[in-house]
Amino acid sequence: MSTTTRSGASRPAARAARGRRGVNWGKWFTWAVLGWLFLPIAGMIAFSFNDIAGRQNVTWQGFTLKWYGQAFAYSDLNDALINTLSIGVLTMLIAGGIGSLLGLALGRHRFRGQGVSNLVMFAAISAPEVVIGAALLSLFLTLNLTTGFVTILIAHVMFTVSFVAITVRARVMTLDSKLEEAARDLGADAWTTFRLVTFPMLLPAIMAGGLLAMALSVDDFIITTFVSGDTTTFPLWIWGSTRVGIPPQVNVMGTLIFAFGVLLALVNVLLARSSRRA
Amino acid sequence: MARERTTATPYLLAMPGWIWLAAFFVVPIIGMLWMSLMTGNIVTGFQPTFNFGVYPQVIATYWEQILRSLAYGLCATLLCIAIGYPLAFWIAFHGGRNKATYLLLLLLPFFVSQILRTISWKFLLADNGVILGTLKSAGLLPDGAHVLSTSTAVVFGLAYTFLPFMVLPIYAVLERVDHRIVEAAHDLYASRIQAFVRVVLPLSLPGLFAGVLLVFVPSSADYVNASVLGGTHNTMIGNIIQSQYLVNNAYPVASAITFVLMAILLVGIFSYAKALGTEQVMEVQAK
Repeated sequence: MSTTTRSGASRPAARAARGRRGVNWGKWFTWAVLGWLFLPIAGMIAFSFNDIAGRQNVTWQGFTLKWYGQAFAYSDLNDALINTLSIGVLTMLIAGGIGSLLGLALGRHRFRGQGVSNLVMFAAISAPEVVIGAALLSLFLTLNLTTGFVTILIAHVMFTVSFVAITVRARVMTLDSKLEEAARDLGADAWTTFRLVTFPMLLPAIMAGGLLAMALSVDDFIITTFVSGDTTTFPLWIWGSTRVGIPPQVNVMGTLIFAFGVLLALVNVLLARSSRRA
Repeated sequence: MARERTTATPYLLAMPGWIWLAAFFVVPIIGMLWMSLMTGNIVTGFQPTFNFGVYPQVIATYWEQILRSLAYGLCATLLCIAIGYPLAFWIAFHGGRNKATYLLLLLLPFFVSQILRTISWKFLLADNGVILGTLKSAGLLPDGAHVLSTSTAVVFGLAYTFLPFMVLPIYAVLERVDHRIVEAAHDLYASRIQAFVRVVLPLSLPGLFAGVLLVFVPSSADYVNASVLGGTHNTMIGNIIQSQYLVNNAYPVASAITFVLMAILLVGIFSYAKALGTEQVMEVQAK
């Protein structure tokens, strides 16, 4: 691959730079920045083991594992977590579906309205979250809609759909059309060609887009605050409990979700390693 | 290839997405403009009165927060460039076999909710917290030293939150820079600095521009960092919008402020994108 030859070419240069200066400043800098990024997470993990009495998890009182045993002690926190995950999965499915179709149309066909479509998607991605949240709340108020689970879902699909469309469109544009022509030459009709050739080639992009939509949905705070009504999600619950004290259960859940992410990343790295060796 | 056919296929494919974006993005924005021209209150209801006077009124009232938001956004963006560009450069050119691992480490913090990370900073930076408390008891800082409730805390919080949005697009373009071009510059007796300024930097500009957009817009409209780290004297326009909508239920005024913020940012974004080419910026964004 071209990447390996490129990085191969850069290695002597890197060694030369190191030799001249003695210290590899670039590496130190990179690790310092990464350390900065991980510092609050380290704090969060440490305080999930804090042996406190009430809900004020501020100063270190000693090590305990008991919060992991009582991770689900707050039923409203559990409900918030369940809401967050259900909305995340539904957003992934809906935004993944309609976003992929939009991306396919934009990448494959030339038609009227394409320019406007690109403009609206660009605006939807660039618009600040307060603006999106405020505008949606204005709409729901005008329509006299009670805000809650459904309006959160509507909002999340709206702000993630453009990301899915762009991801899929990028993949559609790089597809080798010869493969589809070959399928057609071999007698496949349009639908069979799509089902057996185009769709499998698009699947990685569709999955990437869907997962991105879910990640954005699960972490969203600002838009959700505007359209949530009485429904609570995980970020909203944390925000709401800052005044009365954030219980260590929040740190526990944050730590568990982070551990899951690390695990996913490790599997990813190992898979990449083994596929490179093969 | 994209064959020119006048079938309904592309319209059918695009329709669900279009309807969703039209109904829940375009219409609400117009609805918000309509709402801003109403008068009334939550008890008696709001009537459309074409009260254009609300705009000069909110600008006169909140110009300070608007300017502060833009200034904080600008500082956070500059900080992100100062930290993010060297980082992206080093990973792209000196990351070697571990490039993917470095990128992964950069994205891993995203598995923890942004709210949780910002609140965690608040605990870490508390006046007698882990960092300041330790430095104070070691005599390295005076007793009265504090970080929270300062503009510095807010700007660093914003830069912390949005740094990856600067690094990734810059990395995406730097990664594709052909190293032979840089070597050619050296062969033609360019110094390291000359090769960077005249070869690498121009090639990376699309990524840098995309990064600026992706950091400046959300950070100048953010209110999480200002509320958690900024105390009461560093409110940004996002805080005002949030409290006018959700606390005071003053919808017309809130809509007007939101519209002013959006107008400032969208005019900025579109003139910026026009100057650089929308497609190019969007393409890098998607990476």
